[in-house]
Amino acid sequence: MSWTTTLGGHSYTFGDLRELLARATPLRSGDVLAGVAAASAAERVAAQTVLADLPLAHFLDEAVVPYEDDDVTRLIMDSHDADAFAPVRSLTVGGFRDWLLSWEADTATLSALAPGLTPEMVAAASKLMRVGDLVAVARKTRVVTGLRTTIGLEGRLATRLQPNHPTDDAVGITASLVDGLLHGAGDAVVGINPATDRPSTVLALLELVDDARRRLDAPIQSCVLTHVTTTLELLEQGAPVDLVFQSVAGTQAANRGFGVTLDQLREAHSAASELRRGTVGSNVTYFETGQGSALSADAHHGVDEQTLEARAYAVSRAFDPLLVNTVVGFIGPEYLYDGKQILRAGLEDHLCGKLLGVPMGVDVCYTNHAEADADDTDTLLLTLGAAGCAFVITVPGGDDIMLNYQSLSFQDVLQVRQTLGLRPAPEFEAWLGSVGLLDDAGRVPQLVPEPIRALMA
Amino acid sequence: MTTTDPWETLRAATRARVGLGRAGDGLSTAENLRLAAAHAQARDAVHTPLDADAVLAALGERAGPVVRSQVADRTEYLQRPDLGRRLADDHGLEPGSYDLAVVVADGLSATAVHEHAAGVVEALLPRLDGWSVAPVVVAEQARVALGDEIAAALGASMVLVLIGERPGMSAPDSLGAYLTFGPRPGRVDSERNCVSNIRPPDGLTYEAAAEVLAALLTESFRRQLSGVELKDTGAALPPAAG
Repeated sequence: MSWTTTLGGHSYTFGDLRELLARATPLRSGDVLAGVAAASAAERVAAQTVLADLPLAHFLDEAVVPYEDDDVTRLIMDSHDADAFAPVRSLTVGGFRDWLLSWEADTATLSALAPGLTPEMVAAASKLMRVGDLVAVARKTRVVTGLRTTIGLEGRLATRLQPNHPTDDAVGITASLVDGLLHGAGDAVVGINPATDRPSTVLALLELVDDARRRLDAPIQSCVLTHVTTTLELLEQGAPVDLVFQSVAGTQAANRGFGVTLDQLREAHSAASELRRGTVGSNVTYFETGQGSALSADAHHGVDEQTLEARAYAVSRAFDPLLVNTVVGFIGPEYLYDGKQILRAGLEDHLCGKLLGVPMGVDVCYTNHAEADADDTDTLLLTLGAAGCAFVITVPGGDDIMLNYQSLSFQDVLQVRQTLGLRPAPEFEAWLGSVGLLDDAGRVPQLVPEPIRALMA
Repeated sequence: MTTTDPWETLRAATRARVGLGRAGDGLSTAENLRLAAAHAQARDAVHTPLDADAVLAALGERAGPVVRSQVADRTEYLQRPDLGRRLADDHGLEPGSYDLAVVVADGLSATAVHEHAAGVVEALLPRLDGWSVAPVVVAEQARVALGDEIAAALGASMVLVLIGERPGMSAPDSLGAYLTFGPRPGRVDSERNCVSNIRPPDGLTYEAAAEVLAALLTESFRRQLSGVELKDTGAALPPAAG
C-alpha cells in the first residue's frame, strides 16, 4: 500500500508502511545513516499527518519485515491477542495517541491492553508524541515484576549497580559493589559486564556477588552479562544464576548477529526458572537493547531504528523478564547524535516498552564522541523519574572504566529520588533501614555499617 | 560506624571513582570539577583537528602524501562513518607495488596521533627488514576501513592503520593499530587484527607495540590472511594495560 499527501504545495508519496514510519520519525542520525529518514522537515510532518490517519488495524495486515523471512515478525503476529486489542481496534494511530492521553486510559486499562498491542503500533503512536506526552502516558502505565525485590511499583525508582572492572578483578569489583551498596544502589540487580566470556571467570563473578548477598542477608539479585550460551553452560554446572541475560534486537538477522536464537532464549528461560531462586517473584530474564543495534549489524531491512527497537521489546516480553533496559546513549553519535536525540529516544523506548508490558529501565548514558554531557543525563533522569521508570544504571562516579562510557553516578540517583520523592524497591528499602542506611526522611546517611565493613576487609 | 578510612585497600584495586563523598545527596564541587575536566579532555581530543604538517614533520623521510576521506567536517564525520571509510576522489595516490602500506589516521583522537603515531612508526619499521613499505600516508577524517582504499590505490598487499581511539575519561590519547591482509573495499572488522591502548607510559610502549605488530605482520604475510583466524596461531596480544 502507498500513500500520497500534499503539504505546503508539495506532494509527498510513501511507498509502504516501513517507509511511512521511517519518514515520520523525529530526526536522528541513525536513520539518516541508513538512508531512510525524511529528506526535509516538511516531509517528516507530511508523513506524520498520513500516519495519524492510518487505521491501527493496518499493522496486523502489513509487516515491516516479511513474516516468511523473520521469526520476530512471526512472534509478533502469532502472539497477538485480538481480544485485548478490541478496545482500540477501530482507532487510527492519531486517535490512539489521543486515547492514550485520555482519562479513560488508566493504569488497569493499559495493563489489559498490552497483549493486544504490537511494537509497530506503539512506535507509530510515539512518533506523534512530544516529550511531555511520552512522560504522561508512561507515568500511568505500570509493569510490576519480581524475584528477590519487586520492580516497577508506583513511586519507586530502582537501580542496577554495575561494578565493572577492566580485568574482572575481584577486589576491584568488590570496591565498586560496596560503594554502590553504601549509596543505596543495587535494588534492581547487581549486574556485571565481564571483560571476558570465559566460563570460569563468569562463575567466579557469580559466586562473588552471591557470597556477598548471603553474608549481608540482603534482598538482591545478581547477573553477569555474558552470552546466553555461556549462562546455559554454567546453569548445567549448578552455578548460582539468578538471571539469564542476553542482548536482543528487533530482527532475526540482528539477533543472529548477537549469536542468539529465540529457541536458545526459551531454553535458558526454562532452565533458570527451574532453579526457583526467587522469594517475591519468578521473573528470571534480563535483556538489553538499543536503537541502532540492527543497523550496526546491517540487519535493519530498511526499517527506522526506533520501530526496530520496539520490536526488541516484543522479543523480550515473550520470556517474562524481570528487567529490560535500553542502553540509549551507548551506541554512539552515528545512531543518536546529541543530547536532544538521546533524550527523546530514551523516553520513546521507555514508553514503548511499558505499553507492550515490559518492565522498562534505561541506561541513561553517553559516549565522549556524542554531543552530550552530564546536563543531558540529568535531564533524561529527571524526566524518566517523572515518567515512572522502573530502574536506571549506576556506576561509581558515573564513569564506567571497563566499557569506557558515562552513565549515572550513585549520587545522581540519590538526588533525583529526593527531588521527586521516589524510593527504592520495598524489600531493599527495608534492608537498607535494617543496617542503618536509611533515615526517617528516606535519606541515605554517609556511614559504613559493620556487615558491609566486613566485606571490605 | 567508623572513623578510620575503610577505603584504603579497595581504592588501590580499581580506577573506578569509588568513595567520592557527597554534598547532600549530590556530588561535591571538587568531584564535579574532576569529572568535568576528564570529560573536557576527552571532548577536546575528539574535536582537535589533525595537524598533518606536524605529523609529516615527525615522520621525517618516511612521510608520504596526505589524503582525506569523503567527510566534509567533524560533525559529518561523527554521524557518517560510511563516508569516513571512502577516499576523496582527488587523492592523487600513485599506484605501485608494496608489501605494506602504513596509514596514520586521525580517527576519534588526533591528540593520540600527534603524541604517539610517529613513535610507533619509528619503532616498527626497522623491525620489518627486507619489506617494501610505501611512504607513510597521513589521512584526515578517517575511519579504519579508509586504509583498505588507500592500500588498494597504492598496490599494497597489507595495510597497517594507526588511528586515534575513542577517548575515555582517563585516556584521551590512546592509539590503536589495525592490520589487514589483502586490503580492499568491503573488508569487515573480523578480517583485521588490532593492538590497542598504545599510550606510554600508562598503556603500551612503542617498543612493546612494535614487537607485537612485527610478529603479527610477519605471521599474517606468511599465512596470507588476517583477522580471527590469525589469532589462532598463538601470536599473543598483550592484555590492554592501564
